[in-house]
Amino acid sequence: MRCCVCFVPGLFLAASGVLALPAAVTAAEQGPPVGTTASSVGDEVGELRRELESLRQDYATRIAALEARLLAFEGAQAQAAALAPSPAPQAAGASKIFNPDIAAIGNFVGAAGQSPGGGEPSLNMQEAELSFQAVVDPYARADFFVTLGPDEVALEEGYITFPTLPGGLLTKVGKMRDAFGKLNGQHAHTLPFIDRPLVTQNITGGEDGLADAGISVARLIPNSWLFLEATGQVYQGNSEVFKAPTRGDLAYVGHLRAYRDLGESTNVDLGGSIAYGHNGVTEDATTRLLGVDATLRWKPLRRSIYTHFLARGELAWSRTGTADGPLDAVGGYGYLEYQFARRFTAGLRYDNSERAEAPGLRDKGGSFILTFKPSEFSLVRAQYRRTSFADVDSPVNELLFQFLFAIGAHGAHPF
Amino acid sequence: MSLLSIATLALLASVPPAGAALNVVASTEDLADLTRQVGGDRVKVESISRGYQDPHYVEAKPSFILKLAKAELLVAVGRELEIGWLPPLVQQSRNARIQVGADGYLDASLTARILEIPTTQITRAMGDVHPLGNPHYWLDPGNGRRVAKAILDKLSRMAPADAAYFASRYADFDRRLGEAEKRWDALMAPYKGLKVVTYHRSWPNFTDRFGLDVIGYVEPRPGIPPSPGHTIDLIGEMKRQNVKILLVEPYFDLKTPHSIGRETGARVLVMLPSVGGEKEITDYIKLFDYDLGLLVAAIRETGAK
Repeated sequence: MRCCVCFVPGLFLAASGVLALPAAVTAAEQGPPVGTTASSVGDEVGELRRELESLRQDYATRIAALEARLLAFEGAQAQAAALAPSPAPQAAGASKIFNPDIAAIGNFVGAAGQSPGGGEPSLNMQEAELSFQAVVDPYARADFFVTLGPDEVALEEGYITFPTLPGGLLTKVGKMRDAFGKLNGQHAHTLPFIDRPLVTQNITGGEDGLADAGISVARLIPNSWLFLEATGQVYQGNSEVFKAPTRGDLAYVGHLRAYRDLGESTNVDLGGSIAYGHNGVTEDATTRLLGVDATLRWKPLRRSIYTHFLARGELAWSRTGTADGPLDAVGGYGYLEYQFARRFTAGLRYDNSERAEAPGLRDKGGSFILTFKPSEFSLVRAQYRRTSFADVDSPVNELLFQFLFAIGAHGAHPF
Repeated sequence: MSLLSIATLALLASVPPAGAALNVVASTEDLADLTRQVGGDRVKVESISRGYQDPHYVEAKPSFILKLAKAELLVAVGRELEIGWLPPLVQQSRNARIQVGADGYLDASLTARILEIPTTQITRAMGDVHPLGNPHYWLDPGNGRRVAKAILDKLSRMAPADAAYFASRYADFDRRLGEAEKRWDALMAPYKGLKVVTYHRSWPNFTDRFGLDVIGYVEPRPGIPPSPGHTIDLIGEMKRQNVKILLVEPYFDLKTPHSIGRETGARVLVMLPSVGGEKEITDYIKLFDYDLGLLVAAIRETGAK
């Protein structure tokens, strides 16, 4: 198609040349120049007419030749298109070809039951996430995730990935969720429950977890027994947990992941994480987080769309520096999940966590979760949650429900 | 000293000129076998998915990242069949050779004959439709040959010293496949136009090639599990058109197909869409031998027409 464009200016020039000629002729016919006889003028006009005629013929043949060439070219192109074994569908316009993959995910959450602090609203469009993902150039790809909440718009993540740097260093630069533990890296819509566990709320970053602007480098550690990946990250120090008082007070995250298949259906996934940085409580107060996680998965390949089982536990310790000395807190959760039909999954979660700023206060909870997935692109989920808050006399019983729905580009399945 | 240099020379001579065998990863066992047919002992091939597994829902396990990290060539089915799991694996492989668009990435669908390419607006109301056409194209032996040819071209460019070896292996495969096709055509000749029902839309290339007429699917829409209303409609339609054959992929539940079979008298056949679907299906030609053998035996027993 692009070559046709090359032809057009040539044709256009030829045509405008033809149009310009009669104008020259009219000027010549308007009157004889001073100092020339009538007969010589008549001769010159005749001469000009002949020249014009020959020029016209010349242009006519040239245009005919060009038209023939154009026709032949178009024919060849049509033929080539017809011969192509499996043409890709035509994009609506050339400018759209390089548009990123776009998706929008709605996350609607409802809640019922008494809750001391108010808890989640009764009916809430918790967030809409927009994602834009594409390859940047031969060296990188970029991913943007923008969340639109009831009162705020935020860049949940936005980073460039260099997948093929020398030394096997998978490098990301931008705003990212910290590689701390298993759940922290996941967006709300990929979690297997509606809320985040108490340990996330109390110790590792609150409702949204840890996310910051920085640089991440991950490398595989070669060995013959298992998948071993080490990740190192440097952040600005601007998250729920880490707040840098000065420019030099960066926050650091280290993560080690070990994975091994135990046969084709079963695998184990172990991780250890550390995060360190200033917490902004005083000039030089710092917070250190330690985490361990373990996951056991079972999914028989022949029945992979009908059943799976997952057991996961995560523990996190925090040491928060304050003016009065460090505060130590610990928390964790355990989660079991079983898919009992193609569209149904049941889950059970146990929560137990101290509060980072008040280690004496320990919250406990349990949840039962039922998920129904009509298709890959939507789900309906209910969660019964019973929580014993350290500073509330009686346990709190709540029922949460969620509608998740995605449109647009087909994303990768989470693992 | 001289002994050592002779030993070194002998060692060098014993190494094939193009170096060690090419490390190839294929996304399915079908592509792995087609690569083996052409590459012989000059390639080392591994498959990510197993033949008895639903290729739409393979898990992106980190152990696959390790395989991809070492690969010199990745052969993929394409047409978005692997969209849920291959892109994150390739991205995390840290392997520049096999990134999409690089020399070591072969989309096997590019030279294949693809059916069901949408010509009108599609939406997910139609289920999990594949916008680039039906990706189960390897179930036409003609496409197997085209893919093998694409693999031949790719391997010959990557290991020019072995090009003649690859070419002779391809020629041999082409000949054996041609002979098998004659056998299969003869086997299926009496049953041209036979009406069948399949579970998922996995078989358009197969049924097109062997002259079967698919009148319905157990899934109401691609990727959507059977619903009672659709199943009742399908039973009515099968009775009306006297359909006696129901093809099911090995990774789907047999409950609904069996109840349809009881209602209509149709035979439920667990047909294999891929090499490795059963232990004895070790290569591409055996896959068709198995499926067509199963099909013809069932047609004869049920007296289907």
